[in-house]
Amino acid sequence: MKPFRFWIIGLLILSSGCTHQSNHSKGVYMLLDTSGTYAVELNKARSIINYLLGTLQPGDTMAVGRIDTGSFSEKDIVAKVTFDARPSMANNQKRVFQQKVRKFVTGVRKSSYTDISGGMLQAIEYLNEAGSGNKYILIFSDLKEDLAKGYVRDVPFALSGFHVIALNVTKLRADNQDPKKYLSRVEDWREKTEKGGGTWRVINDLERLDNLL
Amino acid sequence: MTTTGFLPTIAASPFLSVFLWIVLILAAMYLARNPFHRCMASFSLIIRNSLRLFAASVKSAEKRLNDRNRDVLLSAGRQHAERCVEREFERISTAVQRNMEGYPQLQRRLNESLVKLDEDYRNSVEIPQTLPDWVKVIKAIASIRPASDPVVGNMLEDIHQTISEQHIKALEQYRTEASKRHAILNKMLPLWRGMKKTLGSLEKSLSDLNFRAKRIDRYIDNYEQIREQTDTAMGTLSSSSLTQFFISGAVLMVALGGAIINFNLIALPMSEMVGGASYIGPYKTSNIAGLVIICLEICTGIFLMESLRITRLFPIIGSMDDRMRMMLFWMALTLLTILAGVESTLAFMRDRIAADMEALRQSLAGVTPGSVAGSIIPTVGQMVMGFILPFILTFVAIPLESFVASARTILGLIAAWMLRCLAFILRLTGHLGYYVGRLTINVYDLAIFPALWLEGIVSRRLFRTHTRDNAQDTEETVGSGSITSVDPLVENKEMAK
Repeated sequence: MKPFRFWIIGLLILSSGCTHQSNHSKGVYMLLDTSGTYAVELNKARSIINYLLGTLQPGDTMAVGRIDTGSFSEKDIVAKVTFDARPSMANNQKRVFQQKVRKFVTGVRKSSYTDISGGMLQAIEYLNEAGSGNKYILIFSDLKEDLAKGYVRDVPFALSGFHVIALNVTKLRADNQDPKKYLSRVEDWREKTEKGGGTWRVINDLERLDNLL
Repeated sequence: MTTTGFLPTIAASPFLSVFLWIVLILAAMYLARNPFHRCMASFSLIIRNSLRLFAASVKSAEKRLNDRNRDVLLSAGRQHAERCVEREFERISTAVQRNMEGYPQLQRRLNESLVKLDEDYRNSVEIPQTLPDWVKVIKAIASIRPASDPVVGNMLEDIHQTISEQHIKALEQYRTEASKRHAILNKMLPLWRGMKKTLGSLEKSLSDLNFRAKRIDRYIDNYEQIREQTDTAMGTLSSSSLTQFFISGAVLMVALGGAIINFNLIALPMSEMVGGASYIGPYKTSNIAGLVIICLEICTGIFLMESLRITRLFPIIGSMDDRMRMMLFWMALTLLTILAGVESTLAFMRDRIAADMEALRQSLAGVTPGSVAGSIIPTVGQMVMGFILPFILTFVAIPLESFVASARTILGLIAAWMLRCLAFILRLTGHLGYYVGRLTINVYDLAIFPALWLEGIVSRRLFRTHTRDNAQDTEETVGSGSITSVDPLVENKEMAK
């Protein structure tokens, strides 16, 4: 009886070990600010996207969304892909993705307003649907939100399990005159993110993207 | 309000209060002296005896382990000696069989040579020429007295001439016969040489057998020593085991390096086959699949070596009948070849994927892809490595067997050494506990020495007033004071005994 019991325990341990499949895939949603003051920075965003394409592995998800007057829309998703499990197929998908982003950056139209919150909500929705294990929202913007009349964005973000990274947060002319404005802007977004359960980081030096994800 | 921070004040002056507290504490300690002594002595004895008991138990375990190690070592040595003797006997058997098979031919060849030699010898015997009958006639004629008759002279001259011609002819014939015999003798020379060579090879075989017999004698001596469990045999076996452990460990490390290279060759293309996005636990499924293939190759290699009886990790394979064993060998070899082919293909695929990834990286970095050198040497090199490495890993079975066999002995020796150290530490701790107990008792007495001193004075007065006999029964004078002669440690020792 005793050996039989040991066998059963061993099999249970083995089966639990074999069936334990944690989700290691990454989901990255990058928001690109296309407002008038920031549109000139989009070429930098392209190099970041290229870096991400080189970093992401088969099975990962990536999407690029635009921040414009009303960003909470599927139409604002410039390109999206979930890479195939086979590396050769994933490489082809990356090439297509790169082409789409290049096309977008060269022909982008500047928007009058900046709806970052809408873009965030869209990113949360997309990444939750994608079901990635590690979710990243990259905001390529100066974080200056400017909503058009009639747009309401007082929805709290549900960011549990999300990592929000603000990239290339440029200083505006007013920030130079009063740095408190810049600091309070960044602080507001950090507060919103952490209140939603996510983590917040700012990377302004684009040479230090090694530990981006 | 307190006197020293934790004792309550019992007098108006702090000094007096402290003094009173000291007196009270000393009095309490004096009263509790005997119980404290007994308690401390018991405690130290408990520590010492329990730890000694524990140490004895550990020592016993160490002895058992040493016996087991000795048995394992002797068993391994015996098996090795048996294997050596078996192999030598097999070699002798093979040699004898080979020589015996050739022996009838050898004998026939020798007989033929001998017959031919005998025949040649007979042919080469010199036969004296028979004198012709007319020699007697000539002798008779030669005895005729010479006369002045010229006819006789002419006749004799003719006879002389004839005889001279005959002599020349006879001499020539003799020379011809002699040269024929020399030719026969010349023909005998290669026969002698052949016989010498044959006998030489026979001698070599016999000396080889003799050498092997001596070697078997040596193995048997070793075997006898192992059976008698002599210290020499034990020392030799231990040393041999240690050497084997380190050598096989080093070879296994080299093999591990080969396995890692092998793994890197097939890990990336495996993601193309099983997908690069799935995980088992924290590890990628493709990596585990690559590792499994390498492990399968090693296992197949071990079975291959087992079926060839080079290693004996699985006695059941070694004890199979030869037909089954050879079938297993061919199966293992076929599987290994298939796996090597698969690995070679994966290595080719890896090269392609790596090239594709590099092109993508260059494209993403905005660098124009440079013209590829177009050399197929790296690809072929990877494919060859992928094909050869599984066969090289096959030989891991040999050092693995040595490592496993020697590790038993080495681990046993290490465990025995650790048990010995543990027993020593336990005994040391026990003794330390015992002497710390005694030290505590002495320090206690030192702390209450005023009370003991007073006790001494009081005892002396009582000693003067009471009868000498009663006082001498229970007390003895020590220094300025006196203490009771009861040693609690001695009491407890007796109790422990």
